[in-house]
Amino acid sequence: MQRYSVFAVAREAMRQHTGWHRAWASRAPRKSYDVIIVGAGGHGLATAYYLGKNHGLTNVAVIEKGWLGGGNTGRNTTIIRSNYLQDPSAAIYEKARSLYETISQDLNYNVMFSPRGVMMLAQTEHEIRGYQRTAHANSLQGVQTEFISPQRVKELCPIIEIRGPRYPVLGALWQARGGTARHDAVAWGYARACSDMGMDIIQQCEVTGVRSENGQVTGVETTKGAIGCNKLGIVVAGHSGVLAEMAGFRLPIESVALQALVSEPIKPCMDVVVMANTVHGYMSQSDKGEMVIGGGADGYNNYTQRGSFLHIEETVRALVETFPIISRLKMLRQWGGIVDMTGDRSPIISPTPLGNCFINCGWGTGGFKAIPGSGWATAEMIARGTPGPLAAAFGLERFREGRFIDESVAAGVAH
Amino acid sequence: MLILHCPYCGVDADETELAPGGEAHLKRFGPGSSDAEFEAYLFQRENPKGVHFERWRHANGCGKWFHAARCTTTNEVFGTYSAQVTEPPRDIHDKITGKRPGWLSRWLS
Amino acid sequence: MSARLPKGGRFLNRSQPIEFSFNGKQLQGFEGDTLASALMANGQQLVGRSFKYHRPRGVVASGAEEPNALVNLGTGRRLEPNQRATTTELFEGLEATSQNHWPSLEFDVGAINARLSRFLPAGFYYKMFMWPRAFWKHVYEPFIRQSAGLGKAPNARDADTYEHFNITVDVLVIGGGIAGLEAARVAGSSGAQVLLIEQTAQWGGRANVDATLIDGADEEHWIEATVDALEDMDNVRLRTRVMGAGVYDHGYVLAYERLCDHDPQDGLPRHRLWKIRARQIVTATGAIERPLSFAGNDLPGVLLASAQRDYLINYGVSAGDRTVIVTNNDDAYRTALMLHNLGLEVKAVIDARAEANGPLPVAAREAGIRVETGKAIAKVKGVARVEGVAICAQVGEGAVLDEIACDVVAMSGGWSPVVHLWSHCGGKLVWDDAQAHFRPDPGKAPIGADGHAFVHTTGAASGLLKSDEILQNAHDAGADAAKAAGHKPKRGKAPTAASPDEAPIEPVWMMPQGAGHELRSKMWLDFQNDVKVSDVQLAAQEGFESVEHTKRYTTLGMATDQGKLSNINGLAILSKSLGADIPAVGTTTFRPPYTPISMGAIAGEARGKLFQPLRRTPMHDWHEANGAHWEPVGHWRRPYAFPRGSETVEQAVQREVKNTREAVGLLDASTLGKILVKGPDAGAFLDLLYTNMVSTLPLGRCRYGLMCSENGFLIDDGVIVRLSEDSWLCHTTTGGADRIHGHMEEWLQTEWWDMQVHTANLTEQYAQIAVVGPDARNVLEALGGDIDLDAETLPFMHWTEGRIGDFDARVFRISFSGELSYEVAVPASQGLAFWNALLKAGEVFGVMPYGTEALHIMRAEKGFIMIGDETDGTVIPQDLGLHWAISKKKADFLSKRAQERDHMTDPDRWQLVGLETVDGSVLPDGAYALAEGRNENGQRNTQGRVTSTYHSPTLGRGIAMGLVLHGPERMGEVLKFTNIGGAPIEARIVSPVFYDPEGKKQNV
Repeated sequence: MQRYSVFAVAREAMRQHTGWHRAWASRAPRKSYDVIIVGAGGHGLATAYYLGKNHGLTNVAVIEKGWLGGGNTGRNTTIIRSNYLQDPSAAIYEKARSLYETISQDLNYNVMFSPRGVMMLAQTEHEIRGYQRTAHANSLQGVQTEFISPQRVKELCPIIEIRGPRYPVLGALWQARGGTARHDAVAWGYARACSDMGMDIIQQCEVTGVRSENGQVTGVETTKGAIGCNKLGIVVAGHSGVLAEMAGFRLPIESVALQALVSEPIKPCMDVVVMANTVHGYMSQSDKGEMVIGGGADGYNNYTQRGSFLHIEETVRALVETFPIISRLKMLRQWGGIVDMTGDRSPIISPTPLGNCFINCGWGTGGFKAIPGSGWATAEMIARGTPGPLAAAFGLERFREGRFIDESVAAGVAH
Repeated sequence: MLILHCPYCGVDADETELAPGGEAHLKRFGPGSSDAEFEAYLFQRENPKGVHFERWRHANGCGKWFHAARCTTTNEVFGTYSAQVTEPPRDIHDKITGKRPGWLSRWLS
Repeated sequence: MSARLPKGGRFLNRSQPIEFSFNGKQLQGFEGDTLASALMANGQQLVGRSFKYHRPRGVVASGAEEPNALVNLGTGRRLEPNQRATTTELFEGLEATSQNHWPSLEFDVGAINARLSRFLPAGFYYKMFMWPRAFWKHVYEPFIRQSAGLGKAPNARDADTYEHFNITVDVLVIGGGIAGLEAARVAGSSGAQVLLIEQTAQWGGRANVDATLIDGADEEHWIEATVDALEDMDNVRLRTRVMGAGVYDHGYVLAYERLCDHDPQDGLPRHRLWKIRARQIVTATGAIERPLSFAGNDLPGVLLASAQRDYLINYGVSAGDRTVIVTNNDDAYRTALMLHNLGLEVKAVIDARAEANGPLPVAAREAGIRVETGKAIAKVKGVARVEGVAICAQVGEGAVLDEIACDVVAMSGGWSPVVHLWSHCGGKLVWDDAQAHFRPDPGKAPIGADGHAFVHTTGAASGLLKSDEILQNAHDAGADAAKAAGHKPKRGKAPTAASPDEAPIEPVWMMPQGAGHELRSKMWLDFQNDVKVSDVQLAAQEGFESVEHTKRYTTLGMATDQGKLSNINGLAILSKSLGADIPAVGTTTFRPPYTPISMGAIAGEARGKLFQPLRRTPMHDWHEANGAHWEPVGHWRRPYAFPRGSETVEQAVQREVKNTREAVGLLDASTLGKILVKGPDAGAFLDLLYTNMVSTLPLGRCRYGLMCSENGFLIDDGVIVRLSEDSWLCHTTTGGADRIHGHMEEWLQTEWWDMQVHTANLTEQYAQIAVVGPDARNVLEALGGDIDLDAETLPFMHWTEGRIGDFDARVFRISFSGELSYEVAVPASQGLAFWNALLKAGEVFGVMPYGTEALHIMRAEKGFIMIGDETDGTVIPQDLGLHWAISKKKADFLSKRAQERDHMTDPDRWQLVGLETVDGSVLPDGAYALAEGRNENGQRNTQGRVTSTYHSPTLGRGIAMGLVLHGPERMGEVLKFTNIGGAPIEARIVSPVFYDPEGKKQNV
């Protein structure tokens, strides 16, 4: 792999940047692979990367209908945190967060992970108790969080109005090592590393069918022809239902639009990420200066990547109340992504009724922050043929057994 | 921002008046059903890219539930109808097949 | 140097000078100026700095597409960053400062970045700043953030107000140029409700600038007559300063009105957000001229040829004294001719096409203007502003043939239709080879609820650039829209217009076509974000082949203009680099809003006290007046406690508990849900809804009931009252009232619709007051009335109705505190009077109101569960020892099947117990009980958790409830609980009923 460094940039500057290689190769599909991953978003690419890095499997293809990283990986609000309540969630999100700490060095690609701190505001007595409970749980899960006072909230984020007339800030759950990263770069960095390991990333290639014999997967049919495989990983977020149908099973998934928006860029005025669940809004400021704002999901099935304006309105209303100075900023752009919501709003990392076919989906509104951990756990499951400890609780069977992983209990419903 | 016609009060209701209620025509499985049936009833969903039969409530209006047939990729609405039926009525079927020749209904085979 | 001309300026009122300031400098403009035209009139060409390289920036456009001239407008509570000078109407006292520089606009240290630009190509930051690891957070990123953003962050609360406006129309026409006016006129003739909006303050669009004869007369006559005709139609509304911001599904359109940005004042809303429902939408949004890519095209003094005409005609402002025009089409010759006619010097027209023989070029030559065909600009000369151009052949690599001294370069790369609103809701585009632009594909329009197109475009927005075609098309578009909206338009003859023929444009994406890297790295595509031709080419070289990849890798089109000037040029460069056709590469997605709109406008009136509706009980004002410490519960506020004098809230709570247990307390329980369920099948229905048996409840009796979701989890609890043979009153939690009522209706309407049951949410119809404590009966009896309140006539868990004092009342003998307790419901209108009567009658007994915290403590002392504390959506009644409330007789009820699943019958589920700290202290809220070892993920194992914890004033020690593994079998065992920042706290497992376990006190 062509190493990236300040010296490489300086060297290339001297020759007009003519020496930069492609970040990832563009190849036609081969006849068959050990493993095919469908979906070249963050989760799919991370899965492929850890198949190679942790399990020595490099005869791998990642097939993508559109362009790599073109789905929710590039449409989220880039928040990274692991202050979850339930043990299985805390484990996989903290694994992801800790991998984010070193991912730029591991991939030799600067994804700009910025542990600027994430605070979740408590604005009711009920939320105080919920976040205190989370802080206790986190203290046993190896997740560094603390419950902080309104005064500390104000110190960390001076633009918050802590004495709002309706929902004064009563405290916050603070994760100092949470933060943000450059979302596109995560997909690009993994893609480059996968390509370097000899894996094929095949874009503009839509899967049209799943082949199987005797209950075992044997390959996929695509718009670029049939491709064989020993193992298949389906990692396609909002489109999981469609792929599952091809593979002959159904999922506890509904696809809905989740919306976000950014303001015009302004000089830095907010160093931390703030989430306010009572009023349904969260905000951070990007390295470009834009205020990045996320809100709630629509409640109806939708594949249009556009949502209903009323949710934007609700979110902005809440944030203008929480951060009065943004009233005179302007919304630059709003967009929607299609997220896959499961019955308990927690993800699925699971074998499927089809032999050697595995699925990773259902990240709902919280997928970006999980990418490295999700890829790690999914790769482990595919390589071993059975889920490891990180994935074990996220199996499909939990919906039958009633063994849900419900995070909404800690008042921390938003991601 | 959808508009759906409420078949009860006759209003073309703005989305701000409506509350979505997920897939329609689920068959309830109660005591005596198998684990698989119960799981499917509670969680497994069609989630189609295309025509979706779904429940809505005219929550900030007459308060009544009704059903809608809507395309999830274009938001085209083929019709709304009573919530007190176990499958889409014939005229809704006809409207859909009229506009989407080749569309397969899981109720008519 | 730019300057005001002695004459001209259609928009100006030269008799009305306006004082304003820029960077503290006092300047003068006229009424009718924009900030941009006024700055140019004052010779202020340098107006800002670019984002990445801090390059000097001047005005390049005249409208919404302007990427450069952004200012901090106003100060203090009226500071607005990134305000576009080209769309800011000048007003008296306007204060603007330029952005993104230090220490000053003229001398900016950040400009060093431009010198280093070769080290800072597209995506450089992905390749650097990785070592040492900690440096990203502490050194590199702070440095990068330092240079982030453009305008200043406001630091004060907004002084202005905003509002929303809802309207439904048949036909919405967006854009008030000749196309929009004609479309609206024809649509209006049908009697349809028509709304015509225009983002600027003037009607007529470009037609006024590019003089056109309409119906044989000056365009101004036609525009004026048409506006008059529209104003005369009762069914037509016209609004200027209203921009079409976004088009959403089913004909929903957002429009953004700037009411007093041009005249800031108190008392009027600053912006109004229009929420429009339109049956049909016609977008007549015009087109935007494209820049050309040549080296040095970003210097102040380089501007769009059409913008130069706008400044001349509309504002009487000349961009400079000596202009060189560079073009690939005939339209730019209009600028040459206009300058010439105004007596300004045109040094040359550099036309990249091999020949230029249309009527406009011919006229230019006849006027004596030097026209150079087949030529290109090799380079713009100058450091901070244009000083001249070097000319070369378009087909070569840039060998300089000639140099021309000038101070303005007016460029024209052809026109791109404004397709944003068409595209927001799914309208597709088609590449028009002849005109070298994307235009709407009428066959792939946005689809409405009925499956038919609901957005249409007309005029230049459709790719029509000749007035005659525009008017004919607009006429038809207006008629078609009215027809599609169900009206009969009067089709007449479209107005006719005379436009000169124009020779075809020749796409020129780079100038000269063989430019080497040196030149390409100085050709700007995105002026604000500093994206150059070489950056897009580098992205393609590195495999960023999708237009979305390139955008994200280079930041092309991500500036505040969202690529209005840069996208097509960038796309063309990318296509060429990939050897693909432009349509095959495609465009990025257009997203609302068209231009940025204020957050204040989106939030609207919902600020401060109007942020959300506040629900108030009849006694709310009394609580407020008597020092209630409030707690928000849903949209209600409930008194948490009523501190007196110098008391702390905590002291007040302890006093309230003590007083209630020892004397008598009053609780405003009006917020509790009260749902009437009535009908022949009401009993059977409630048996399905509650886990326990309801239908057998005798008349006159109350019963505690539990509700679970179909998925098995406990969702609400409350007391059920049998009112009559066929009616029940179901009490719910405060937060649950609306939700549970909805839940009931959902099952009634969508599953058990055969049942004859009616429900009504009566929560707000009654004021409900709990009179609690040993003296409760005495207080009520002191009021008199006709109800016998003694224990025999009205025993525990019974109810009755009649009169208490002068009040019609229902009295429920129920207790959530363990004390003798009557919950009395009176009509809401009588609530406050009854509350006051109780206070008066209770005075001799020492009555005091108490709040929610005292309520919580007393229920915890009794081991009563609280929805939301003991439950969290994952808890089933069996976890809480409530097996007695789950019927074994009923064949079916919601949750029965769910609770049979493996995990729900697991004996290892945590169970409710009481907890007492060994040292009497209060356990922390949310603490977990530690177990031995760690799980496979390295997390410490746990065996329980605290669900409620309080200091009990009654017992004088900490008490808690919690869920513990096999808890009820482990009475007396001591567990260790987490204590953040300290040693674990030991607590003993005890019965959850801490107070009066026999229930004697409530049953007297």
